Amino acid sequence: MRWLDNFVGRLALSGRIGLALVAFWLLLAIFGPLLAPYEVGAVVAEDVFAPLSLAFPLGSDYLGRDMLSRVLSGTRFTAGLAFAAALSASSLGTSLALFATVSGRWIDEVVSRAMDTLISIPSKIFALVMVAAFGASVPLLLFTTALIYLPGAYRIARALAVNLNTMEYVQVARVRGEGRIYIACVEILPNMIHPILADFGLRFMFVVLLLSGMSFLGLGVQPPDADLGSLVRENISGLGEGAPAVVMPALAIAMLTIGVNLLIDSLPRAGGRNAGEP
Amino acid sequence: MADLVHVSGLRVVVRNDGGEEVAIVADVGFSIPQGEVLALIGESGSGKTTIALALMGYTRSGCRISGGTIRVGDVDILSLDATQLCGIRGDKITYIAQSAAAAFNPAITIMNQVIEPALLHGLMTRAAAEEKAVALFRSLSLPDPDNIGRRYPHQVSGGQLQRLMAAMALITDPALVIFDEPTTALDVTTQIDVLRAFKKVIKERGATAVYVSHDLAVVAQMADRIVVLNHGEIRECGVTGQILDAPADAYTQTLMAAAVPRLRQSLPAALAEAPAPLLAVEGLMAGYGGTPVLDDINLAIKRGSTLGVIGESGSGKSTLARVIAGLIAPARGRVLFNGEPLAGSLTERTREQLRRIQIVFQNADTALNPSLSIARILARPLAFYRGLRGDACTRRITELLDLVRLPADIATRLPGELSGGQKQRINLARALAAEPDLILCDEVTSALDTVVGAAILDLLAELRQELKVSYMFISHDISTVRAVCDEIVVLYSGRKVESGSRQALMAPPFHPYTDLLISSVPELRCGWLEQVGAARPLPVMGAAGAAVDTPALCSFVARCPARIDGVCNAIAAPRHTLADGREILCHHPANELLEREARVRQEATG
Ligand SMILES: Nc1ncnc2c1ncn2[C@@H]1O[C@H](COP(=O)(O)OP(=O)(O)O)[C@@H](O)[C@H]1O
Ligand code: SF4
Ligand SMILES: [Mg+2]
Repeated sequence: MRWLDNFVGRLALSGRIGLALVAFWLLLAIFGPLLAPYEVGAVVAEDVFAPLSLAFPLGSDYLGRDMLSRVLSGTRFTAGLAFAAALSASSLGTSLALFATVSGRWIDEVVSRAMDTLISIPSKIFALVMVAAFGASVPLLLFTTALIYLPGAYRIARALAVNLNTMEYVQVARVRGEGRIYIACVEILPNMIHPILADFGLRFMFVVLLLSGMSFLGLGVQPPDADLGSLVRENISGLGEGAPAVVMPALAIAMLTIGVNLLIDSLPRAGGRNAGEP
Repeated sequence: MADLVHVSGLRVVVRNDGGEEVAIVADVGFSIPQGEVLALIGESGSGKTTIALALMGYTRSGCRISGGTIRVGDVDILSLDATQLCGIRGDKITYIAQSAAAAFNPAITIMNQVIEPALLHGLMTRAAAEEKAVALFRSLSLPDPDNIGRRYPHQVSGGQLQRLMAAMALITDPALVIFDEPTTALDVTTQIDVLRAFKKVIKERGATAVYVSHDLAVVAQMADRIVVLNHGEIRECGVTGQILDAPADAYTQTLMAAAVPRLRQSLPAALAEAPAPLLAVEGLMAGYGGTPVLDDINLAIKRGSTLGVIGESGSGKSTLARVIAGLIAPARGRVLFNGEPLAGSLTERTREQLRRIQIVFQNADTALNPSLSIARILARPLAFYRGLRGDACTRRITELLDLVRLPADIATRLPGELSGGQKQRINLARALAAEPDLILCDEVTSALDTVVGAAILDLLAELRQELKVSYMFISHDISTVRAVCDEIVVLYSGRKVESGSRQALMAPPFHPYTDLLISSVPELRCGWLEQVGAARPLPVMGAAGAAVDTPALCSFVARCPARIDGVCNAIAAPRHTLADGREILCHHPANELLEREARVRQEATG
């Protein structure tokens, strides 16, 4: 708990706001569906595109379903998918980068060139092709987005690891006879974890935006399930009348990404102790 | 005549973690008469730079000038606002920083950067400024003064860049020039040229200057007056002669004592007799990716003895240590440990072989993993080589900390929470944890203050007595090497130009490079610079045939004051052995070197 206090204490005001937003959305993603007043798919309202009311706090959608329940479930899809994809991309990218760094020139060359190939494929088109070929399912979306953001994570992690690899403490470990795994996990990884976390946040946001974009095009999460992006698309016909059904999910996407953004912007200052500091 | 600079009651505070303001400079006052050089001397953290920056009305972030007055000419610096200060900085008051390389923009030609202050402050036309710059280049003894301005910063050497920075600082004819450790990052042989150039230009222009340094011997050459600082307070202030000859303050006396390294105990006779050397390097050639750095290196380290390796930066000292440690495989030649050849690469060496040779790096900041606690850093070699865990390991860590004279409670801290000297001790303790036979010390005291460095040297000497460990001690500072080593090897651009015992290397004849190295170390007396300044002109050399680029030729030929036309630039130099066992790689036989050096020395002191 002291660690948490320290961490929060070091954040700037914007960072604390970001942290609060992120925590809020994470909690919603985990517990939201339990709080949902209605069944997600149930048509419960008399009116379509109903305004905010006590019975329907966020109004109703184009079929008269409760928007609050839909947003709560959509959040779980968006945040959960994005979290899983970003986590896979970052952890796989970091592991590959560490492996390439400590394994010498040839392996490094091979892995790096493979990643360069991946990075040269335009991400949206790649996603569209994948969906067109295999159909939109949650596992496929997860796999595709993770693959799209893997090379970026690898690049960042490799740049950090290569720098750290030349540090004298790494050389000392090498002269001691330490194996590659020890050097990668104990000597290098802990010293790059902060920038990697910041990068993870960034990737999370990218995935949210990509998924929402795809869902908006109808290529993301398929009905009856819906993520925040699909909610916007479903209710787009309500845009003309300014229905909360289209505004609310859009607002949710905005708040989620802004929160992550604020948090990671203030991370480096909060992060690890500077080696040179007295 | 009135003083040009007058400072009184200066107080600079910094806000600490708890939000309170702590004074880092307290009640400092001094004055500098027109045309004099005042030196600020003290250890790092004593507030020298802080005071020097305050003279320009500047403080580093987090700091604030909270009291006192600073007058330069008839301007009250502390009453000026930001715009007025900008008008003065770089015009009336200029600053020469420690690292010229960091101060120059690599993408702009030198001339454009040197004349920039004059143009910025609208003092003269471009043509006039360029003319003045060339005159300054000439005063600063820069090579090819008419054209050097067209080059880019990476096309000149570090020492030249430092002088070019002085030209930039002097182009506006400032009332006050501040030199902040301008030669600290340079080799001694370069430092002497830079100091001489500074001194000449200060005299010619009658400049008033503040000279910040931690090196008493350098200050003795440059300053008329010295202010000794400690923890942000003035300990003593006086004319240079008085401070050097009769320091009144106890702290000044400690500084003086540390400036002349004491000889540490040498090799116990019993050990010196041991037959086989602990480590032998034979015909070693090594380099990085095809470019050779070391060429034909032979040396031996006797059991329990200390071998000193000296040479300027880039001469291959660290490469040698890396080859012995196994980080770089030799291209040719071999390394024998206890008479057995060591494999070139780490993976082929046995764990036992690895344990017996440990390496300690110069920069304690980068040599300790910042995210591991001291206990974990020390525990790893114990577990790795000895399989120690749990209580036994903890006990051994306490012993190790005790061995390097650190309190046991330091074990829970992170490296970032220790001072430079403490970090270097941990660095050493980690090597000792392996219970090695040989420790390779790469510039272990170079980044430390004299007093802290001297304590580390003492520690090394004591450990040697207690543990019978051998060292290879690498340094660019010949006085340190002479203070701790039994045998010394002098490297010049990857070749061993001279080697011998410490006693032998105390008196001439020396190899011309060693001689240059020794005579370039500033002495702690006034007027030394002028005496050595009687220059050593380089004899003229013809282009002796096509052989000039032959790698076997003496590598020192371009800078050697004793070179012989038609010989040194045509035939490879022979290695001869002197009566006292010393080896010298040079065309001159010993008696000629002796004669020559005696003559030069006479000229210098007489
Ligand atoms: N920006 C800063 N923030 C906090 N402390 C500082 C800062 N700059 C310098 N100090 C502290 O001020 C003291 C004097 O520093 P400095 O002027 O750099 O001395 P020197 O030039 O002798 O190295 C040191 O204790 C240093 O830690
Ligand atoms: S061989 Fe010639 S150039 Fe080399 S050190 Fe001797 S005299 Fe000087
Ligand atoms: Mg300083």
